[in-house]
Amino acid sequence: MKNWLKVLFFALLVRPIVFFIIGLNVHHKKNLPAEGSAILAANHNSHLDTLVLMSLFPLKQLYRLRPVAAADYFMKNRWVRWFSLRVLNIIPLHRDGSIPKESLLSECHQALTDGDILILFPEGSRGKPEQLGEFKKGIFHLANAHPTAKVIPVFTYGLGKSLPKGEKLLVPFFSDVVIGSPLDQHNDSQTFMTALNQQMQQLAKQVNTGRILD
Amino acid sequence: MSLPPVILQVFAGIYGLLTLASLVCYGISLKQRDVTELKQRIVSWWVMVSVILACFALGEGFTIAAIGVLSYLAFKEFVSIIPTRRTDHRPIFWAYIAIPIQFYWIYIGWYGMFIIFIPLYMMLFIPMRMVLIGNTKQFTVAASTINWLLLLTVFSLGHMAFLVQLPVNDSALPGLGLVLFLLLLTQFNDVAQFTFGKLFGKNKVLATVSPKKTIEGLLGGILATTLLAVLLAPLLTPLSLTYSICAGLLISLFGFIGDVSISAVKRDLGIKDAGSMIPGHGGVLDRVDSLIFTAPLFFHFIRYLHY
Repeated sequence: MKNWLKVLFFALLVRPIVFFIIGLNVHHKKNLPAEGSAILAANHNSHLDTLVLMSLFPLKQLYRLRPVAAADYFMKNRWVRWFSLRVLNIIPLHRDGSIPKESLLSECHQALTDGDILILFPEGSRGKPEQLGEFKKGIFHLANAHPTAKVIPVFTYGLGKSLPKGEKLLVPFFSDVVIGSPLDQHNDSQTFMTALNQQMQQLAKQVNTGRILD
Repeated sequence: MSLPPVILQVFAGIYGLLTLASLVCYGISLKQRDVTELKQRIVSWWVMVSVILACFALGEGFTIAAIGVLSYLAFKEFVSIIPTRRTDHRPIFWAYIAIPIQFYWIYIGWYGMFIIFIPLYMMLFIPMRMVLIGNTKQFTVAASTINWLLLLTVFSLGHMAFLVQLPVNDSALPGLGLVLFLLLLTQFNDVAQFTFGKLFGKNKVLATVSPKKTIEGLLGGILATTLLAVLLAPLLTPLSLTYSICAGLLISLFGFIGDVSISAVKRDLGIKDAGSMIPGHGGVLDRVDSLIFTAPLFFHFIRYLHY
């Protein structure tokens, strides 16, 4: 039942919006993980990011996708909460400090153990439209604890123009999604974060989309 | 609805040309040369020609709607590659809303509204919406940009759809014949200029805009396109011999102008292709660039002569 709703929601609503109304240029689609657990690390500019990243995968893979999302936003009332948990199947992340630091990511660890694909925005929050923010280190701890899970950097551009933060009206702009190759294993967080940031900068160079004037 | 036999015959001719192109491409590949891009291009042509044939077969209303979708895609691509202000989110939304309205005027055949809605009313409305938001920084650039994009991608390309509303007086051929004539000649001209340029090109023309364009390619294109215009005009249009030569010259010359104008935009922005929707061709804008100029010119040329 849970999965049935998800498939319907994506097939009838999200995919037509993502692929026709917005229009997506997907670069290096072959880099998407076909099997096994994985962490997609993407930059975050728009509410569309999660839906777009989930649309890249075939419908039959949907059940494995677990977006990691801020609890204060995605669980704010019962309707949003029902939608987030039942349809999007998110892993809520409590940013307010109500949960001890050690167990903050426990559900993420469980998902990776189960062979799921985490969708993670290491910037922590939607930044200024189309600007890459600083990545937080939580992703390193996840990657380090699950050496078999591939870490795949994904750069999106243009979605923050289609639906920027604080805006409710969707205005279509062609958007770019550049999928990087899996990151190498690193045992210390500094090297890992540097490698991730460098890959993101590389991917950012491959987009076509226009600048912002002001 | 069933298409007039002459339109089907012209399509048969186009498919014949595509078959020939595929065979030539296969021949080149036998010589161990890399033909990936050429092959992609030809496959995309097969798809595009088939989509056009399907639209024609589904009727005139459907063809007008399909040209509307084409305008939408071209506008979206253009507004995506060009710099815009964050505060123009809503003005751009209204520019999108103008697209279905404009194609509705075309669908009901209201010529007066079709001809002034975008160049006058949208041109006034968009700066008005912008000024209500109150961001004056780069105001002139932003207002001009959005209006220019609407003019190029929606108003200009819309002329191709209005051809459908011009029934040819003295024969049973619907306006679809005129659309086919315009589309076929404009696209043939692109291919002919490219091919002649590859075969004989030596002297550059407009080197600062498009380094691959040559005088030999341009002249070869003009010659081949005008010849094709003379051959096809009696089948698809009411044009006389003299005027069909004029139509051929008009389409080939201004097809070139349209092509290099969009090249100038891309050069200004520092990008190669406007998108990646059509494998081997780039984006929609890369394919319709010459039509932006040929559609309105051919439309008014034939309208003043025959209606």
